[in-house]
Amino acid sequence: MRSASFIWNVCKSSFTFGLIGLTVSDRFASVVPVRGLSMAPTFNPPNNSSSFGLFTDDHVLVEKRCLTDYKFSHGDVVVFCSPRNYKERQIKRITGMPGDWISVPFSYDAVKIPEGHCWVEGDNPTDSLDSRSFGPQIPLGLIRGRVTHILWPPQRVQKIDKKLPRSGLSF
Amino acid sequence: MSLFQQWAFIVKEALDKSFLVAKFFCSVHVANTYLCSTALVQGPSMLPTFSLTNELVLLERISTRNGKAGTGDVVILQSPENPRKFVTKRIIGMEGDKITYIVDPKNSDSTETVIVPKGHVWVQGDNIYNSYDSWNFGPVPYGLLQGKVFWRIWPTSAFGSIGRRPETVDPALKQVLEQANQS
Repeated sequence: MRSASFIWNVCKSSFTFGLIGLTVSDRFASVVPVRGLSMAPTFNPPNNSSSFGLFTDDHVLVEKRCLTDYKFSHGDVVVFCSPRNYKERQIKRITGMPGDWISVPFSYDAVKIPEGHCWVEGDNPTDSLDSRSFGPQIPLGLIRGRVTHILWPPQRVQKIDKKLPRSGLSF
Repeated sequence: MSLFQQWAFIVKEALDKSFLVAKFFCSVHVANTYLCSTALVQGPSMLPTFSLTNELVLLERISTRNGKAGTGDVVILQSPENPRKFVTKRIIGMEGDKITYIVDPKNSDSTETVIVPKGHVWVQGDNIYNSYDSWNFGPVPYGLLQGKVFWRIWPTSAFGSIGRRPETVDPALKQVLEQANQS
């Protein structure tokens, strides 16, 4: 029965490491691939190769310690659940915090961001259709983590800076 | 045994014990986040289902994570106005439903009808006269739901499951809603 006890030991250790890994990725940090071009050139910059497989996508470090007090600021890149479909996760940059006034594009309205919400936008200048489609104002509770570093591919390992992508949208 | 061997033995014991403690905390965290958890509810917005004083309830996280929470369930969600605050309300409508509600139940009978947008739910407290819910902050995205309340532990006099409908329907509210639905 040596093989049975060996398999049992393997099961026990993998279960333990699964529990520990799940806890660490929920509470401290996890690594996620970035798909899509809405955050070019910060993530997935356009290059000559035409294949965008999982291997060539940027993988980033998402830290979860910020979820204890929800203290975000302008320019943070965050991962959040899409308000249209809670199963999808999206990565965008925060460009407005509660109390800011944002001018709605293509109209003369100005909207004040209500308490507990924030305004997110992609870095890609031609991304205007995407970031306005779901009404980019999201409750802060939908945020699932903040992106701090790019970890893959190795030539693009760097820290993500907080920067305001372009002016003209907020007062 | 030499001093080094004794020291190595103590260090190994300490590491084993701390590993055991870490395993315990990890399993508690995973059970709390993915299976079942407890919560304290208070406030007047869910009378008569929950009383004004503190009540301890069990909430399960499987149905909200899988999208199975539906109309009539009591859920705990993060408030859209303050992500650190959790509120307990009942789901009245899912995405695509038409909700007719009384705008200001203390003062008038006028009603309004909305359609819940995609990916959102409409939540309401059972006590419509004193509840800060979707009438005030609008439909909430499904991603803010934390768990479904299914059992009450404390006070022990009210130990039991939480049903899918409010226990009593205010007769005045029922009449107004019927009239609004007919017109």
